[in-house]
Amino acid sequence: MFSLRDKHLADDIVSQIKKADVNLKFMHVCGTHQDTLVKHGLDVLLQKCGIEIGQGPGCPVCVTTPKEIEEILSLAKKGKTIATFGDMTRVPGEHYSLQQMKTDGYDVRTVYGIEDALLLAEKHKDKEVVFMAVGFETTSPTTASVLLRDPPLNFSVLCCHRLIPPALQAILDMGEIKIDGFIEPGHVSTIIGVKPYEFISNNYHIPQVITGFEPIDLLMGAWMLVRQKQQGKAEIENEYTRAVKPEGNRKAQQVMKQVFEPVDIKWRGFPMIPQSGLRLRNKYASYDARKKYEEELEELTEKEFIEPVGCLCGDVLRGLISSKECPLFGRQCTPDNPVGPCMVSSEGNCNIQYRYSKK
Amino acid sequence: MGKRGYIVCLAIPGKIVEIDTKKQSAIVDYGSGTKRKANVSLVEVRIGDYVLVHAGFAIQVLDEKEAKETLALFREMLSLQEDV
Repeated sequence: MFSLRDKHLADDIVSQIKKADVNLKFMHVCGTHQDTLVKHGLDVLLQKCGIEIGQGPGCPVCVTTPKEIEEILSLAKKGKTIATFGDMTRVPGEHYSLQQMKTDGYDVRTVYGIEDALLLAEKHKDKEVVFMAVGFETTSPTTASVLLRDPPLNFSVLCCHRLIPPALQAILDMGEIKIDGFIEPGHVSTIIGVKPYEFISNNYHIPQVITGFEPIDLLMGAWMLVRQKQQGKAEIENEYTRAVKPEGNRKAQQVMKQVFEPVDIKWRGFPMIPQSGLRLRNKYASYDARKKYEEELEELTEKEFIEPVGCLCGDVLRGLISSKECPLFGRQCTPDNPVGPCMVSSEGNCNIQYRYSKK
Repeated sequence: MGKRGYIVCLAIPGKIVEIDTKKQSAIVDYGSGTKRKANVSLVEVRIGDYVLVHAGFAIQVLDEKEAKETLALFREMLSLQEDV
C-alpha cells in the first residue's frame, strides 16, 4: 500500500514535464532521494526534459566536519567505547578512520541506532560509552528521547546533529549556483512539518515540494515544481501527504526542544552556518561528551583541520560539481578506498553514483 | 535493515503488531516475515497502525487513507493541468 508503482502515471508525468519545455535546476538534500533518482535513471530521464536535479548537503555523514571526526577518533584513542552508525566508522580522518582503529584493537561498535549504544552502556558499566550522534531532524529526536530517560552516567553523546532549513538558506545566500526549486526531504519533514520551510519561499521566491521516496514521488515532486514555475508561484507544497502532516510530529519536536538548543556550526564544505546545529542544553551536560571529556579533547582546540588532499566533497555538497567531475572519482577514490565522506556513505553522492554506474 | 546497509535518513514502513506500553516499545512487522522491536515513545500508536521506522524509532504514523488515494490524487492533478 505504501509502495507506489504505476508505469502509465509515470509516463504521463514525464510527458507533461516534457511538454512544459523548461530549462530548470532543482536541488534536493537527501541521500535516499539521490538513491531513487540514480537507481531508476530518473536523473537522466529528467535531464532529457530540461531538468537537472542535484544533491546538496543532504548526507549527515558527509557534512560532518573533519574536526568532529578527529574528536571521535581522539576519544577512541583515549580508550572510550565508541558506538556509531556503520558509514560513520569508515570516514577517513587525518590519519585513519574509526574502522581502522578498530582493527588496531580500539573499541569501536557499529550500531543501528542510539538504543543499541545505550544497551552497551547498561551492560558494561565499566566502559565509558560515547555515541556519535549524526543526522538531521529525522534522527535528533531519537537522541533526545534516550537522554530524557536518565541513561547511566557511563553513557554520553558527541552531538553532531544538524538542521536542514538553515542549510537551505545558506546555499541560497552563498549564491554560487542557480536553484529554481527545492525537493524537500520527506523524512525530515515528517518531524518538522511544512512551516519551517515557508521563509525560503517567502524571502527567496523559491518553489519547494516536500517529496516522498518512490520513483513516482520524485517525478511528481519535479512536476509540482515545474507547475509552480509556470504559474509564477513560490510556495511550499506537500507531495508526501501519506507521511507528512502539516504540523509534523509535535511530540518529537517537543523532545528535541527539551534536550537541544540551536548553535552556529560549520558543515563540511561550508563556512559556519548560523543556528544550523544542535547542542545539548546545560541540564544534560553530564551526557555531553564535549563537556565530560573536555580535558581529553583539549589537544584539538588549537588544531587546524584540513580536508583530505585533492578531495572535492565540499564542492559536491554545495552542488557546484557532480561526483564524476572530481578527478579522484573512481580512480584514487572508491567505496573500498574512499578519500572523502561522499564516497563512504551510502547516502553520499559519490558512493551512489559509483554504485549504480558500475553495475 | 542490516547494520552495514543502514542509511541515516532512511525510514521503513511497517505495521504495529504488538505494543508494550510500559517500555514504550512495539513489534513492527515489515512483511515477508521480518519483525523487529521499535521504540514508539515519539508517536501515539495502536495495534494495526502503519508507522515509519528510523534508527529503531517509529517517527510517524502513516495515513492509510492518504496512501490509498495518493495515486488517484496524482492522476487528478495531472488531468487538471492537461485541461489548462
